[in-house]
Formats: sequence, structure tokens, C-alpha cells
Amino acid sequence: MSAPSVPFIRQTAGASAARAANRSRGYGSERRPGWVTYLFLTLAIVVFVSPIYYAFLLASSDSATIAQNPIPSLIPGGNFLANVNEVLSANINFWKALTNSIIVAVTTSASVVLFSTLAGFSFAKLRFRGRNGLLLFVIATTAVPTQLGIVPLFIVMAELGWLSKLVAVIVPGLVTAFGVFWMTQYLESALPYELIEAARVDGASMIRTFWSIALPAARPAAIMLGLFAFVGSWTNFFWPFIVLGSSNPTLPVALQLLQASYFKDMSLIMAGVVLSAIPLLLLFVVAGRQLVAGIMAGAVKG
Amino acid sequence: MATSTTQPRAGRRLPDSPRDPRRVGFSQTLGRWDVKVSPYLYISPFFILFALTGLFPLAYTAYVSVYDWHLLGGQGDFVGFDNFAFVFQEPNFWKGLRNTFSIFLLSTIPQLMIAIVLAALLDANLRARTFWRMGVLVPYVVAPVAVSLIFGKVFADQSGLANAVLGFFGVDPIKWHGAVLPSHFAVATMVNFRWTGYNTLILLAAMQAVPRELYEAAVIDGATRVRQFFSITIPQIRPTLIFVVITSTIGGLQIFDEPRMFDQLGQGGPGRQWMTVTMYIYELGFGNSKSFGRAAAVAWVLFLIILAVGMLNFWLTRRIASESTPKEPRRKKVKR
Repeated sequence: MSAPSVPFIRQTAGASAARAANRSRGYGSERRPGWVTYLFLTLAIVVFVSPIYYAFLLASSDSATIAQNPIPSLIPGGNFLANVNEVLSANINFWKALTNSIIVAVTTSASVVLFSTLAGFSFAKLRFRGRNGLLLFVIATTAVPTQLGIVPLFIVMAELGWLSKLVAVIVPGLVTAFGVFWMTQYLESALPYELIEAARVDGASMIRTFWSIALPAARPAAIMLGLFAFVGSWTNFFWPFIVLGSSNPTLPVALQLLQASYFKDMSLIMAGVVLSAIPLLLLFVVAGRQLVAGIMAGAVKG
Repeated sequence: MATSTTQPRAGRRLPDSPRDPRRVGFSQTLGRWDVKVSPYLYISPFFILFALTGLFPLAYTAYVSVYDWHLLGGQGDFVGFDNFAFVFQEPNFWKGLRNTFSIFLLSTIPQLMIAIVLAALLDANLRARTFWRMGVLVPYVVAPVAVSLIFGKVFADQSGLANAVLGFFGVDPIKWHGAVLPSHFAVATMVNFRWTGYNTLILLAAMQAVPRELYEAAVIDGATRVRQFFSITIPQIRPTLIFVVITSTIGGLQIFDEPRMFDQLGQGGPGRQWMTVTMYIYELGFGNSKSFGRAAAVAWVLFLIILAVGMLNFWLTRRIASESTPKEPRRKKVKR
């Protein structure tokens, strides 16, 4: 894959990333750091990765070995597939949890992207009364600990008959304040007014303008937002745990069930942990770059 | 402005044109309606959803908290502040509060310090830059529940990894689950594991936005690397520091996943050593007592606490960050 151009980086990841890219390509003259920096960074990454590897070591061992020695061996044992098999055939219904997690994560991230881009387009490029105040309100809501409203939210879900149904997890996550703010920030600079004017002069309706002009322009930021929403949904536990219960779990809820019934067999629990982490780790290999760029871009602007 | 110029206003002034004037008028009205209503229509999903799933539940929590309300039985009698009085005399409430703050401090402060150092290391002209940045972010994609299960084993009282390592150095085993402070340390470690890298990248981005001329001027002035760090970097990234501290306050004081999964019973230990306030809310509302009224009372108290701590944080971070800036005039002198 060829490296993106510096102006492209400025567009997608912010000015600071562009400056960094500039520097790394030898346009700047900053000298390279010494080996001590690399040593400390290596140490940090070992610390960050080793717990995941440790989980895999335990998952590929068996309970008797683990009980004798906290570190079964530094090389994975041969029991991983057997343990995975046992987790999948346990009465926890891991397959269902996996499907549920995929359904919830895909729906919420798609909807977060759509509604956030729609709102971002409106806030960034359309004129209307109360725009600044409303945008400020959106930003302020990110500081509201909405998790504390679970009791009434549960009552509402019970009234709607949504208890232990996926829709109860999907609906509260359909659009986020962070997403709206994020897309507003991006579209402000990435979408020229001229393009919108041209579309309007050609007789395109507002929604058509959004669909054919704003949405394509928002793509780089929309992909990042979708990734964050996906990770957030995949790792979410508190609300699904309360509203879904054991009959229709997502993966984190299934892990809790696994822990409750197999707490004596660490290798099984860890097999479940590794199993639930694999999809996101794969995603990270493919799209980790975007996550890094997204966090850094959000920080500069926010 | 973009949209106001796009209306074909000429239509009405040409009554003799071959086109049907009524149809033009209709499409014009439709067009104006489109321009006027669309902006509100597009932002409405967020506001509707926030009102229904964020604001209303939060406000309704206050209402539920003054009723005798059962999970299955539903709304009961109005009891005034009885629910609050009940939880305030419960030792478990105070334990939850103590644990939450202790875990919060143990996770936020070391995490920020490590993140700042890591960000400073990454803020250099590194080879394979993306690799190092991605490396610190790996824990972010592991679910807190999974992190807690892994560290629950690392910090097992018997045959745990942490105690084995300590034993290697001749240190007696620590009761990571049994004792209060060690259990807080263990739970805080899980939080730190997942969020340090994330915050490192946020701080790194802020550091890269610092104008390089400031450092060049400091070098000319003879400032050491450490001096540059404290006199330029820290004051310059102040807004980002405030942002990070406030977000970790809002999240940290509601912590649930990690302590809930630290053992298989999920009650925060036999003596409630690591039970947090949110775990207590869950236990009151969905545990044995099934008292929504009491759960709502605690939720409302926690809401006020988060609000207060958030503001305190804002004030503190501003103060701390501005205390390290008196050297700023010197920097300007150098530039002249």
C-alpha cells in the first residue's frame, strides 16, 4: 500500500498528523531518537500485549496444569481447540451470543454513522435558527452520565415488552453526541459550500444533496466513527447485562455466564475470552491505523 | 447562505410563461419547506433519542427515588426521602462510595502520568511510527469484561501470576481479592491496562500540535529536555489534559464491568471490599431486594457526586496546569 499524500493526511487525520508525516518523510530535519526511547516503548508494548498472550496460554492449557502453576508454559499448549469446542457446546449458547453481538454492533454502527453524518451535515453546512445553541447542547450532553438512568430505562423497556430483546440494546445506541460532534467538525472543513450550491442549483432536494454530496465527502471520518461505534458496542456490558439477561446474551454477557458456571476451570473461561476477543483483534489488524488516526484527530479538534 | 441562493424565485414574475404557474408555485413552496425544515429534521434523531433514553430516564430517576417501587410489583406508595434515609444508614453504601473513589484515584492518577510519559516518548521522529502507536492501543479492543477475567486470574489469591512473581522476589503473597486496598489496586490495574494507550494517543496528538518554535527557543535559552517538558509541553497541552481528566471522571465514577467480573459472585467480595456504587445500584434494583426506589435514590446521589467532582476537577486541573506557566514570560523574552 502506498503512503497517503500529506494533504490527504491533513484532511483525514488533522494538521498535527500531517506535520508528523512531513517530518517522517525527511522534509523536516528533526533527528531520530536514541535506542533508550525504543527500549521503553518496547517495554510498554510488551506490558500491553502480554495479558492477551497470557489469556491465550491459559486457554490452550487445562485446569489441572493451571492449578499447579500460574504460568503453564510460555509456549501455548495443545488444548486450545478442545477448550473452544467445549465452550461452544456448553449450555451458554456462545454461537447465539456471537450472532447477537454481530447484529447489535453492525446495526448500531451503521445507524450511528448515518444519523451522525445527517446531523453533522446540518450543523456544519446548513443555516437555521438556534444552530449554535443546539450544537453546544449536543456537546454538553457528552458530560451527562446517562448510565445512571437505568432504572427508568428498564421500566420503559418492560412497558414496551422489549426485555431480553436485542432491540432494547440497539435503540439507545442509535446515535451518539460524540458522533454528531465528530461529523460536524469533519464536514465543516471537508465539504466545500460550492459543491452543495451546485447540487442545489441543479435542483437536488436537501436529502438528495446529503446523499450524493455530503455522504461521499464524509467517508473517511464516517469509517472511523463506524469503527469506534463498533468497538463500543462489541465491548458494552452493563446495559445488555441488565436488559438481556441469560436467555439472549451478547458476547460480554455470555462471558459473565461462562464465568459463573465454569469458574473452576480457568482454561475454559480463557478460551471464551480469547474467542470473544478474536473478531476485534482481527479488526484491529485491518483497521488499527484508522483507530489511531481517529483518536488523534478527535483530540486535536475536541 | 448556501441554500438561500438556490431558490428559483423568477417563476412567479413570469405569469405569461408557457409553464403551469400553479405547479411552479407548489414546487416552490415545497422547496422552501425543504430548506426550512430539513436542518431540524436531520438533527432531530439525536435530540429525540437523547430525550427518550438519556434525559427522561435521568429525570424520572428522581421521581422513582421518592416512591416505594418494586422491580416486579411496580410503583407503590409515596415515601418521601425514606429511600435516601435507608441507603445513607447502610454501611454498604458508604463502602461503595469509598471503593469507587479509591479505585478512581488509583486508576486515573497513575494512568495519566504513564500516558504523558508514553506520549512524550512517542512524540519523536520514530522509525515505524504507526507500529508503536498501534501497539499502545491494542488493549482498547479487548472488552472490559474480558480484561477483568484475565486480571482476575493474574491477581488470584492462590496460584496467581502476580503472587508467583512476587514470590520469586521473596515477597509474601498478597490477598488481592481478600484485602481492601490490594483489590482496589487490581481493579485499577484493569482500567489502566485498557485506557492508558488510548489517552496516550490523545495526549500525543496534543503534543504534536505544540509549535516547534517554542522548543527551539528553549534550546537556545539552554533549557534541558526535562525543563522543556515541564515548562512548555505540560502548559501547552492543558486543554487536552482537562478534557482527559473530565472524561475519565465521568466514566471512572460509574465503573461497573471490571469490579463486577473480578470474581464469579459479582458482589464485590464477601466484605464488599471492591463493590462500587454502580454495583450497589445494580444490587439494590436487580438483586435480592429488587427495590427500584432505593436503586434510583443511589443513582441520583451518584449523579450529583459526578457533577460535583467534574466541576472540582475542572477547577483543579486548570489551577495545576496554570501553576506551571510562570516561566512563560521568559520564553517570550527569548523570542524577542
